[in-house]
Amino acid sequence: MGSLKEACAVSGVGETAYTRGTDKHPTQLQMEASLKAIDDAGLSPKDIDGVIPYLGGSAVAEEFITNFGIEDLRFSAATPMGGASCVAAIQAAALAVAGGVANHVLIPIGRNGFSGPRIGTRVRNFPQFKVVGEFEMPSGAIAPAQLYAPMARKHMELYGTTSRQFAEIAVTMRDHALLNDNATMTKPITIEDHQNSRMISDPLRLFDCSQESDGGAAIVVSSSERARDMRRTPIYVMGVAEGHPDSPSTIAQRPDLTTLGVAKAAPIAFGMAGLGPEDMDVAEIYDCFTYIVLCQLEDLGFCKKGEGGAFVEGGRLSLKGALPTNTHGGLLSQAHLVGMNHVIELVKQLRGDGGKAQVPDAEIGLVTGYGDMGDGSLAIMRR
Amino acid sequence: MIENQEDRLLPEPDQISQPFWDGLHQHRLLLQTCSDCGAVRHYPRPVCDQCYSMDYSWTEASGRGTVHSWTVSHHAFHFSFKKDLPMVLALIDLEEGVRLNCRLTGIEPENLRAGLQVQVKFDDVTDAVTLPIIAPLTK
Repeated sequence: MGSLKEACAVSGVGETAYTRGTDKHPTQLQMEASLKAIDDAGLSPKDIDGVIPYLGGSAVAEEFITNFGIEDLRFSAATPMGGASCVAAIQAAALAVAGGVANHVLIPIGRNGFSGPRIGTRVRNFPQFKVVGEFEMPSGAIAPAQLYAPMARKHMELYGTTSRQFAEIAVTMRDHALLNDNATMTKPITIEDHQNSRMISDPLRLFDCSQESDGGAAIVVSSSERARDMRRTPIYVMGVAEGHPDSPSTIAQRPDLTTLGVAKAAPIAFGMAGLGPEDMDVAEIYDCFTYIVLCQLEDLGFCKKGEGGAFVEGGRLSLKGALPTNTHGGLLSQAHLVGMNHVIELVKQLRGDGGKAQVPDAEIGLVTGYGDMGDGSLAIMRR
Repeated sequence: MIENQEDRLLPEPDQISQPFWDGLHQHRLLLQTCSDCGAVRHYPRPVCDQCYSMDYSWTEASGRGTVHSWTVSHHAFHFSFKKDLPMVLALIDLEEGVRLNCRLTGIEPENLRAGLQVQVKFDDVTDAVTLPIIAPLTK
């Protein structure tokens, strides 16, 4: 059987300004980011022959054909996995270029998360939330904070994990955002600030929750063969996988609340890359909530199940720590671009374009996605 | 799921789930039981994931269970729940082996713990719709 190892590389990245408030439509935002990514790759928009739009975004493949004058779009797909979509789309792009179906696949996202309907309203229209919509939302369990909180509570009950350990994650993400000129959060926070932030859905406090943002972000994934001769240093995808948790449509019926879909993706992606967690110089881990970072660290194998709380203590995830994580500030403190900002940050780090948050000599790193009721995705990249 | 005139969130049953909601309306908690292997499943769906049979019947659950996990919500993500805050949402392990995720009332949040014995009650939220609601077990 073939392998997707180094079948593709990220050849271009593009971002708009990330804001809390915009006059721009999500389609404008993703077209702006897409044009930047295509330019970064040294391509013309007409060169794009594959596109994987974000399901839940505003634009479908046809609009990219129309806006970019693409004469022969040969590949389009969707990866409807919420926050796991962007990294899962890299797997789909890898398959497309490895199979010779396409050469340059655009993966765009654009949203009015702040200026448009908020999450509690949006999820009611997601097809992936249909089961929760019928059986849980009428009782008041509507938003991700309310649906995920029992997972965090279970972890605390089983392993003694504490809210202060969640706070370590929130504070580190904020510290990193302060180094980033394109981050929406600009004031430092302390563990005490986290502990004093208002309760949203116990045990998740305000500072455990990511924010709503407006913006666009996009990448171009090209075959490795072509990427070698393109404008920027190719960032090769060494391993990539998606994983779905048990009972993927509802957390309520999941036998083990403390294991996410990425636990299934991790051995596949690490195996493909021929690497392990210990080889990572930098990690960009989907952080819709602090607890979700902690749980993924366990599921990825950075520590054993139940040890995530102790693992994140002492600044381990900070730039000076053993595993610099979410060096851009993450969804918690940079902006919520559904994790495409995590993909782009990993590419920047491996190119050496990490700015004030650059991890010295970062050569290999990983990025995860997490979405809906626990879908996961993971990509391991190198320069 | 739809919003009624009072903008309450209401379920939108389909052919598969309608008997579950009809049961609740009669204050009975009905669960799908596979006609071939006897496995109980929830939420309602067409196929038994144990034996792939599509034949099933509806059997009445005891309504007894234990708390598996929970959250105390202090933020209403739909305005119709603002009057209920803070509200406890709990995952309940039913004796039949499946779970519910619904409101838990009649206990102070600080007394919540995993394994707490509970029972299902019925909340007639409209003339047509009844939701399950959980309360501590009374002997």
